[in-house]
Amino acid sequence: MDNWSWEIFFDAFPVVLEGLGITVGLTLACYLFSLIFGFVWTFLRRVPFKPLNWIVTWVMEFIRSTPPLVQLFFIYFAWPMVPVVGMTLSPFTSAVLGLGLHFSTYIGEVYRSGIEGVDKGQWEASQALNLSTRQKWLKIILPQAIPPTIPMLGNYLIIMFKEVPLASTIGVVGILHMANSYGAQYWAYLEPLTIVAILFLVLSYPSAILISKLEKRMNRRFDKKETLNSSKGATT
Amino acid sequence: MTEPIVTFQDVHKSFGDVEVLKGINLDIKPAEKVAVIGPSGSGKTTIIRMLMTLEKPTSGDIIVDGKNLWKMDKNGQLVDANEKHLREVRGDIGMVFQHFNLFPHMTILENCMTAPIHVKKENKQTAKQHSIQMLEKVGLGDKLDNYPSQLSGGQKQRVAMARALVMRPKVMLFDEVTSALDPELVGEVLEVIRDIAKEGEMAMILVTHEMDFALDVADKVLFLDEGVIAEQGTASEVIEHSSNERLQSFLKRFRA
Amino acid sequence: MRGINITISVLIASAILGYLMAFIAGLCRLSSNVFIRKATGFYIELFRGTSLIVQLFWLYYAVPMLFDIQLGSNWLVGVIAIALNYGAYMSEIVRGSILSVAKGQTEAATALNMSSFQRMRLIILPQAVRMMLPEFGNYLIQMLKATSLVYLIGMNDILYYGNILRSNDLSQAPTVYLLLLVFYFILALPIIWLTRKAEVISKKGVAS
Ligand SMILES: Nc1ncnc2c1ncn2[C@@H]1O[C@H](COP(=O)(O)OP(=O)(O)OP(=O)(O)O)[C@@H](O)[C@H]1O
Ligand SMILES: [Mg+2]
Repeated sequence: MDNWSWEIFFDAFPVVLEGLGITVGLTLACYLFSLIFGFVWTFLRRVPFKPLNWIVTWVMEFIRSTPPLVQLFFIYFAWPMVPVVGMTLSPFTSAVLGLGLHFSTYIGEVYRSGIEGVDKGQWEASQALNLSTRQKWLKIILPQAIPPTIPMLGNYLIIMFKEVPLASTIGVVGILHMANSYGAQYWAYLEPLTIVAILFLVLSYPSAILISKLEKRMNRRFDKKETLNSSKGATT
Repeated sequence: MTEPIVTFQDVHKSFGDVEVLKGINLDIKPAEKVAVIGPSGSGKTTIIRMLMTLEKPTSGDIIVDGKNLWKMDKNGQLVDANEKHLREVRGDIGMVFQHFNLFPHMTILENCMTAPIHVKKENKQTAKQHSIQMLEKVGLGDKLDNYPSQLSGGQKQRVAMARALVMRPKVMLFDEVTSALDPELVGEVLEVIRDIAKEGEMAMILVTHEMDFALDVADKVLFLDEGVIAEQGTASEVIEHSSNERLQSFLKRFRA
Repeated sequence: MRGINITISVLIASAILGYLMAFIAGLCRLSSNVFIRKATGFYIELFRGTSLIVQLFWLYYAVPMLFDIQLGSNWLVGVIAIALNYGAYMSEIVRGSILSVAKGQTEAATALNMSSFQRMRLIILPQAVRMMLPEFGNYLIQMLKATSLVYLIGMNDILYYGNILRSNDLSQAPTVYLLLLVFYFILALPIIWLTRKAEVISKKGVAS
């Protein structure tokens, strides 16, 4: 442990911390993008046209099962070379598009599970009440579909936070980038990288606990609903 | 007089603050068939589970074939049993559960063979032979390679019995083994128990709500009520000629 | 295409090591020994709480500085980082699956006088593993994606050669990266297929 230097640690700390704003900002931007784009996937999959569903499903599968790092490189290095639609994007924008798109496929699944989790009777009931499509979604389906997905969505925020340092590879100067360039400059990687690890731990661990608490609360509520339903079923 | 195979000596059991069993004293002779009846929550299952070492008594002694189940001798002192001691003593006991508890990832033959092979170290061929014999005895000789999910409730329960029987226990415990079954399947299971009972050698403790069945097979009936054995005697003494009021009203519900 | 063997060998090695870690850590989390439980919990939270790329750099740059040791090759560093990270995630699946095998199964096995080790090996684990399979499949895809990170610690994997191609001829960039993505997808396809199979299998043969 002789190689650990508190001097370097305190010297590097403010430097690394400078990147925190970008890291957090990028996380939020990616998250927002994927929350919105997740809706697009979910919507496209609900369009009653089989070939389109099929294509969308496989495109999602493709995006989800290939490395986000390569996707980042594609958007940052290759997109400008693509004829007609290609254009040069800043590292930050590329990261938002790349990581946001990658995770939107997961978020889309979360939405889908939420919608499919709504009891079939609810759809029939809204049909029976002769609600418009808009009313049906806004008043009946979404209010029930969204709450159970909140813990899952929260989890994805944390997952994305931990994925965001990938963007340092295309030059987004978040905490990892700051740590690496500090390391390269003074040939001292140990302390700055440890700082990065600590920052991640300090930010993500409490949020993970918070979310698992939330999840337990929701599960309890959900369970209660279920037992209520089943006891109803037993008496009739 | 023969030594009892199972003895309960002032056995108490509490769950948290609630005392469920308040001093059970009991002797069961080898090959004796004992039916336990009583209202729901009176502690019937708890008695059986303590005997199977699935639940630990709060105080008192349970002795099986001369061995104290929950206590062992350590340098001349009686101390709480450890896992090793429990394994030595519970080999004499077998149990059939209300909800079968078959192993879903094994065929019914494997369900029966696994314990003889791994616990009793029988060689595979012998274990297989015994298991097939036992499964034929319970009428399932043609289902050896089926999985539990492919069987009816009555069939599952018969497998569960074969599985317990191949271990050749000296005491066999049955906890309401027909109460999870559809009414039309109860008969086939009781029939098998009757056959086993007739063969004799094994002591049996049956928790049951089937009074006619108890009259038929039990040498002795215990009426358990509010944590104690409120009444005991031969089946006809307890079920047909008792003057205990609570027992009367309990029986009335089943005779209705 | 060069570099494929690195990508694939890293994937296979880290998957094996990762599953192994998952079982070890998952079982330790269920140990009756408080110290073992806490220590494993610390490992799991540490690796789940920081990100894989940070762990990778930390193992690559910081560990040699801290302990004056070399972890051998970059290949090994990559494998260890991926395995430790996903082992931590998957250990929670191992633990959860074991806990969700019905209590009656343990009791039935006890009634047949099996030892606690036999109960685990013959009754609980075979059922729990069936439940784990689909999630294990999903994580295998995560690990496949993670193999691309070894490029960042100087390994000449498929991404490295892709980048060289791109710097030789910038106009080729779209083709190069698209080919890379397709290559990863082709590797992923059998895993996706197996995962779907596993979902079917896991629905059968479990008491819960
Ligand atoms: N693990 C446990 N924890 C707390 N209380 C328990 C537990 N097991 C049993 N009890 C309580 O002990 C009492 C006796 O239970 P037991 O299952 O032995 O009754 P029983 O006679 O078998 O009833 P039944 O006819 O309904 O099966 C009940 O009040 C029950 O709620
Ligand atoms: Mg009971």
